Amino acid sequence: MDWLTILQRTFTNAIGQEFIVYGLAAIGLNLHFGYTGLLNFGQVAFVAAGAYGVATVVATFSLPLWLGVLAGIALPLMLAALLGIPTLRLRADYLAIVTIAGSEIVRLVARSPSLRSITNGSYGLSQFGGDFYALNPIPDGRYGIWRITFDANATWYLLVGWTLVALATLLILVLIRSPWGRVLKSIREDEDAPRSLGKNVYVYKLQSLAVGGVIAAFGGIMFAIGSQSVQPDNYGTPLTFFAYCALILGGMARVGGPVIGAAMFWGLLAFTENTLRNAVEAGYIPSGLMDTVQVGQVRFMLVGLGLMLLMIFRPQGVFGDKRELALDAR
Amino acid sequence: MRVVRSFVVAALTALLCLPAGVALGDQAAGEAVRGVIQRLNDAGEQEPVEGVTITVAEAGGAEVGTVTTDAEGAYVLELPGPGDYSAAIDVASLPEGTTLRNPDAATLEFTIRPNQSRPLLFPLGEGAGGGGEGFLGGGIVGQAFGLLVSGIRFGLIIAMCAIGLSLIFGTTGLTNFAHGEIVTFGALAAYFVNVTLGVHLIPAAVIAIVIGAAAGGLLDRALWNPLRRRGTGLIAMLVISIGLSILLRYLYLYQFGGRTRPFAQYAVQRSLFQSVSVTPVDLISIVLSIAVLIGVATVLQQTRIGKAMRAVADNKDLAESSGVDAERVVLFVWVFGAGLAALGGVLLGLAEQVGWLMGFQLLLLMFAGVTLGGLGTAYGALLGSLVIGVFVQLSTLVVPNDLRFAVGLAVLILVLLVRPQGILGQAERVG
Repeated sequence: MDWLTILQRTFTNAIGQEFIVYGLAAIGLNLHFGYTGLLNFGQVAFVAAGAYGVATVVATFSLPLWLGVLAGIALPLMLAALLGIPTLRLRADYLAIVTIAGSEIVRLVARSPSLRSITNGSYGLSQFGGDFYALNPIPDGRYGIWRITFDANATWYLLVGWTLVALATLLILVLIRSPWGRVLKSIREDEDAPRSLGKNVYVYKLQSLAVGGVIAAFGGIMFAIGSQSVQPDNYGTPLTFFAYCALILGGMARVGGPVIGAAMFWGLLAFTENTLRNAVEAGYIPSGLMDTVQVGQVRFMLVGLGLMLLMIFRPQGVFGDKRELALDAR
Repeated sequence: MRVVRSFVVAALTALLCLPAGVALGDQAAGEAVRGVIQRLNDAGEQEPVEGVTITVAEAGGAEVGTVTTDAEGAYVLELPGPGDYSAAIDVASLPEGTTLRNPDAATLEFTIRPNQSRPLLFPLGEGAGGGGEGFLGGGIVGQAFGLLVSGIRFGLIIAMCAIGLSLIFGTTGLTNFAHGEIVTFGALAAYFVNVTLGVHLIPAAVIAIVIGAAAGGLLDRALWNPLRRRGTGLIAMLVISIGLSILLRYLYLYQFGGRTRPFAQYAVQRSLFQSVSVTPVDLISIVLSIAVLIGVATVLQQTRIGKAMRAVADNKDLAESSGVDAERVVLFVWVFGAGLAALGGVLLGLAEQVGWLMGFQLLLLMFAGVTLGGLGTAYGALLGSLVIGVFVQLSTLVVPNDLRFAVGLAVLILVLLVRPQGILGQAERVG
């Protein structure tokens, strides 16, 4: 067992691309679900909107990156209106079904051959991050501590990603302490209370959906740039579920919850996967029980089991406050 | 989605290859695959494509042979014997600007019976709806009829799976995202008994229903009942069901592998009609589904437990104060709903093949059907699912094939906009 490599991969994952993408998606979800009580199970649609916004503008239409980022912000705003206007009047469980259906529609449309000229169907788009890395001011070399080092481009990417995560966290902190944030929390607790005070609950919900959606879309932009490709099937329902896992693990309705949750979630995931893989390769686990392909599947099983156990025994997550949970609203 | 795609491919295969078979003459003896590769030219006519390479391999992976289409676009390849094969079209050998209509179908898996000469179809061109009308022997009416039949079959399967989903919601308030995995469980149990243990599919299906029902009861007793008793919130339970769904789905993948596989019987059948693809299995599963659903309605309407189920779903407190043991009813709902879902899984496995993801792919359509009919009502689930199934299939007349699933989900959103309580739901349910 190569514990050093396992630890190295664990920490790399806990601060790497996955952390940035899922962290931003979970911060958005925290605003939706943790603070407003909206059971949005279509978060991946916003991530996909951000990713496809950048990818299509840069790769399909050969326009500069900043226009792509603008499209990556405009698309999720449009999506929030499209998805939110018909659904935000619905009760929580209906909203969950409808948002998950909406996110699948987005994926199916993106992979449809009818849109091949724009999205390149199920093959997706690639090679559009050139402009981003051309902006890299960091000189060549490897940066990091111990065995966790990154080359100049990866360091640049991570610095931008972490800045985005920090800015999003800060934004949530400011928003939640504002009068606007207090209205959101009151909607979560009891919709009728703010309504009786003359607040337009529907508009507040729509604003919450849009702001959280744009934050998640930045996760999509970073996903697209980091992997230099978008493929529609990467934007399926599992991404939403993983973002929920990260959020619940860290603690809902806590400003830092989704950030710490995403780091812990990906760290744990990388740790179990690499430990299992090492154990299989070293022969500690008989190959009849598990081969290296199945390690990935076992990892998913553990995610499912972990989500169940967390929800049953510690729904407030590691840092959450049980009094601030929107979990019992029907 | 797979079901639908296989339906459409089967329909097109039957329609397109009948004339081709005549042109090639009968293959007197021996097993073979054959077909004609055609594309739409700029004038909108079908023209044969010469020089396309198709490689056939055994299910195990050993290559059988490669064949190239002639000036008529036709190809024939003799096979060594009956069995499972896969055929892959070399996309690079297609002329410039021509693509497969369904890029995911570049490799087809098929089964050859003794002395069967099987037509294979690789439809070319963009999947624009109705683009192929010109060459479809049955014309638009025949096409619509075929789609209607497959839509009804599909809708009935959704309905059978969704009744449990709806009743569980009605009696306990749980939005069960793991219901699709019960469907998969039924199909996998039937596959295990049928293929691994070698029992004929019909008794295997019965055994699968019993195992599925027992698993449903066990789930309620071991997981959901204790959770309800400790007062876990409904949204927390929803998230727990998502966790359960992920756990089970990847457990299936771990055990069963990623390939889809057919049952030992009824895997390949000839269409009953020339112009429309309707096989005996299609008809039998429609009749069987209708019989089962009538049975379900009778149970709900006539028996004590059925009435109790509807009473608890309608108003739990009132039912309990009238002396109904709600927990016993809920247990029965789980057993009953899971058994139906297991049967639905077997029928779905017949319509397409058995795979680890089949139930999850059906889940959103089940939700669409249930929501359309009105969450919590048994008959609403039936009606809504039928509408979704037929609508999804018929929409391919207008919309590209690959978007019909999206159409089904869009209908769900539109219905909620106009009539949020669903067709049969009560208005007070939605807040």
